[in-house]
Amino acid sequence: MVGAACALYAARAGLDVIVVDRGPVAGGTTGAGEGNLLVSDKEPGPELDLALLSGRLWTELAEELGELIEYERKGGLVVASTPDGLDALEKLATGQRTAGVDAMRVAAEQLHDLEPHLAPGLAGGVLYPEDAQVMPTLAAAHLVRASGARLLTGATVTEVPRDRAGTVRGVRTDRGDIDAPYVVNAAGTWGRELAALAGASLPVLPRRGFVLVTEPLPRLVRHKVYAADYVADVASDSAALQTSPVVEGTAAGPVLVGASRERVGFDRSLSLPALRALAAGATRLFPFLERVRAMRTYLGFRPYMPDHLPAIGPDLRVPGLFHACGHEGAGIGLSTGTGQLIAQVLTGGTPELALAPFRPDRFPDPEEAV
Amino acid sequence: MNPLELARAEPGPAFTVTLDGRQIEALPGQTVAAALWTAGVTSWRGTRGEGRPRGLFCGIGVCFDCLVTVNDRPNQRACLLPLRPGDRIRTQEGTGHDE
Amino acid sequence: MSEPTLAVIGAGPAGLAAALAAAARGIHVVLVDSVPAAGGQFYRQPATGLGARRPQALHHQWHTWERLRDGLDGHVRAGRVRHLTDHHVWLVERRGAAGFSVHALLGAEQEEPAEVRADAVLLATGGYEKVLPFPGWTLPGVVTAGGAQAMLKGGLVLPGRTVVVAGTGPLLLPVAAGLATAGATVAALVDSADPTGFVRRSRALAAQPGKVAEGALYAGQLARHRVRTLLHHTVVEAHGTERLEAVTVAALDRDGRVRPDTRRRLDCDTLAVGHGMLPHTDLADALGCRIDGTDVYADDEQRTDVPGVWAAGETTGIGGSALALAEGHIAGRSIAARLAGREPDPRGWAAAARTRKRLRAFFAAVDSVYAPPAHWAEQVTDETVVCRCEEVSAGAVREAVRELGAGDLRTVKLLTRAGMGWCQGRMCGPGVAGVAGCAETAVRRPFARPVPLGVLARAGENESR
Repeated sequence: MVGAACALYAARAGLDVIVVDRGPVAGGTTGAGEGNLLVSDKEPGPELDLALLSGRLWTELAEELGELIEYERKGGLVVASTPDGLDALEKLATGQRTAGVDAMRVAAEQLHDLEPHLAPGLAGGVLYPEDAQVMPTLAAAHLVRASGARLLTGATVTEVPRDRAGTVRGVRTDRGDIDAPYVVNAAGTWGRELAALAGASLPVLPRRGFVLVTEPLPRLVRHKVYAADYVADVASDSAALQTSPVVEGTAAGPVLVGASRERVGFDRSLSLPALRALAAGATRLFPFLERVRAMRTYLGFRPYMPDHLPAIGPDLRVPGLFHACGHEGAGIGLSTGTGQLIAQVLTGGTPELALAPFRPDRFPDPEEAV
Repeated sequence: MNPLELARAEPGPAFTVTLDGRQIEALPGQTVAAALWTAGVTSWRGTRGEGRPRGLFCGIGVCFDCLVTVNDRPNQRACLLPLRPGDRIRTQEGTGHDE
Repeated sequence: MSEPTLAVIGAGPAGLAAALAAAARGIHVVLVDSVPAAGGQFYRQPATGLGARRPQALHHQWHTWERLRDGLDGHVRAGRVRHLTDHHVWLVERRGAAGFSVHALLGAEQEEPAEVRADAVLLATGGYEKVLPFPGWTLPGVVTAGGAQAMLKGGLVLPGRTVVVAGTGPLLLPVAAGLATAGATVAALVDSADPTGFVRRSRALAAQPGKVAEGALYAGQLARHRVRTLLHHTVVEAHGTERLEAVTVAALDRDGRVRPDTRRRLDCDTLAVGHGMLPHTDLADALGCRIDGTDVYADDEQRTDVPGVWAAGETTGIGGSALALAEGHIAGRSIAARLAGREPDPRGWAAAARTRKRLRAFFAAVDSVYAPPAHWAEQVTDETVVCRCEEVSAGAVREAVRELGAGDLRTVKLLTRAGMGWCQGRMCGPGVAGVAGCAETAVRRPFARPVPLGVLARAGENESR
């Protein structure tokens, strides 16, 4: 998704773009995500600024492609089960409002006006009308198509050739060489490997997440609804399994249930404990889901960076190399802003957000790196 | 010749169930689909998108085309579910769930 | 420490043969099956309430069934086999040193859970029918050939009065013969292959006198009921508005394309159609077993590549009941030895191994004869619904390939929703792949059946041995 957005904004800035992927469109983490465009789960700071920029760009794109990519501004509803939890949530919302987020406090007795099937006894919540969703695979495919970029799928980058000065000259793939003065690393969870081909270290690691998909239902869940502890999990550094229920209805019918996070490398095996925890969390929020059937589950590997911020911008160690990866579970939402910033720096302009917090070389090089 | 004669079946007494309020005879052990076929009914679901009629397709519980509402429980597979006296079968529209 | 427990998933020929072989050698067997009576699809029994006194009228090789049934009854009475009926397994979980947990849902409603712990697992989950799409295939009255047979064997009902049996594969002949014998008018048996040449020439068939006799028996039944057989023909379209009224059939040219001048309409209220079989591989896949193409990999002992998990019957490759019996028997003996800590001696199952080898060769030859028309996808109009659950048209699939760069089944699914519905692509997978022009790749379905979230939330709390 990030690659597709980079292609779109770079092409619109006048550049000639080729998108290379070793798999199909959206074959990596994009196809295994829910398509969240969220501001609600982000603490004030550079990531929230990027989310706000991205949200504006998504709104523009929605006018052009909205139906094709199933854009829906459904709004996020974050609920707290205890008064303490609600206080913490309100404190976060206050900071977010200062940054420009629309966040509305919802009293306990109003929760059921917004979500009639929500469990009783919750302390209250905050409504974020800007939270939206797209169907990620459709979004990636249509952004690539709208960009007019050449699309080369099923081609694996095997080398990033550089000249004597160390400047990149393009990429070598198993289906031929591509000459280009700039290479944008939008390989997501696999961004570490691609960076290494260009001689740069980039500490992107996989964080496994499962999503449950239910049988088709009428619109019984209207918003993206999640428990306040989700925000804490998103920012957590623990390797152990964490789950906090995130429940949302979709236009197509099924309800999606997330979100688990585990650092287990690229292990694709099914984890019943993770699925059990997801189901338990979802049925606690929405008791009617007890008898609703899960039809399938899928897993994805979110590209995770040690400080939970993506790498965006030029790599000063390797002239011509740019990075746009490491967005963890927010890559779909943050893709548009990332693409815009990349296009701005590629064309020599001033990026509209400061790139310093996203500097790809902000982490110390490991000893063995050249 | 019919299948019951061929297998020399001596079923227990027939009982009554309803399809959308209409009375239908069923034999002990018969599934919803078997009883509806015997009654000459071949479709009992309208699809979610186009509202097209559907009935039994794979007959072994794999395809989920024969979904039907029985005793107010939606999305039962007619090819698997045995009938009991008095069961209320309802043609299922859409997701089968109430709004 | 009690004796080791083997969970056998599926009580068809493969599962039964394995259960009997293992139980006879001191293994405690839990036989887990989704229907009320053992037999699987091949020996599907009429519902008890129907009081069938002569169910063998609907079956072949009844003596083999009697032997299996009596063997099972004996082991159940002796307490060596526990037969769990109406258990729909949705997941087999690996629990490391603790062995395996088999997670099931009870009864046709599939709402209440049951769990069984085991030291080893045999997957004998059988197969289901593959059907390729054509205009009109979603009309009520169009059923799978195996579905018509299952309803006849299990419910003693016919799908309609006038039936066309069509598609390709060795299943069509017994289905047509069975329907005709049970009183249906079979208007035609339409097969896109022409197996007559194969029957004359085949060395594989010559090595199978039983198969020759079986074929002759069905052919005799069809002749007696004056069933017309149209070889090298295909169904082009099914007609009707609210239900099936007729089909158009046509001959195929040498390249497998429809010859338009041969189109003709056959009135019928039922079309029983099938294009071969596919193995159920979901449980194996979720366990992490290797899948080769569409089949679960098994070695000479019927072991998968996951320690403690064996597989036998259609799940390791479509080959019919006799092959399933041989594989099941070998698996049962291998499991009995290995659970007792012994290296099994293959000489003990040499006869079954010879049968297995012969039948695999035979079905490889059968596969090469019975093939859908090479250009079947050309007959699928853009308006034709290919994904029955999500109502995705062939046109939408083609657009995803042409306009959005989809080149594989998973991307087509994500872009069109084809395969995302209730059946999880089991029905539409081959059809969508054909229309999209991409390979028929294995699809991951971690849940073998839909599972209520409430059950999932408490999975692991209801264990029995």
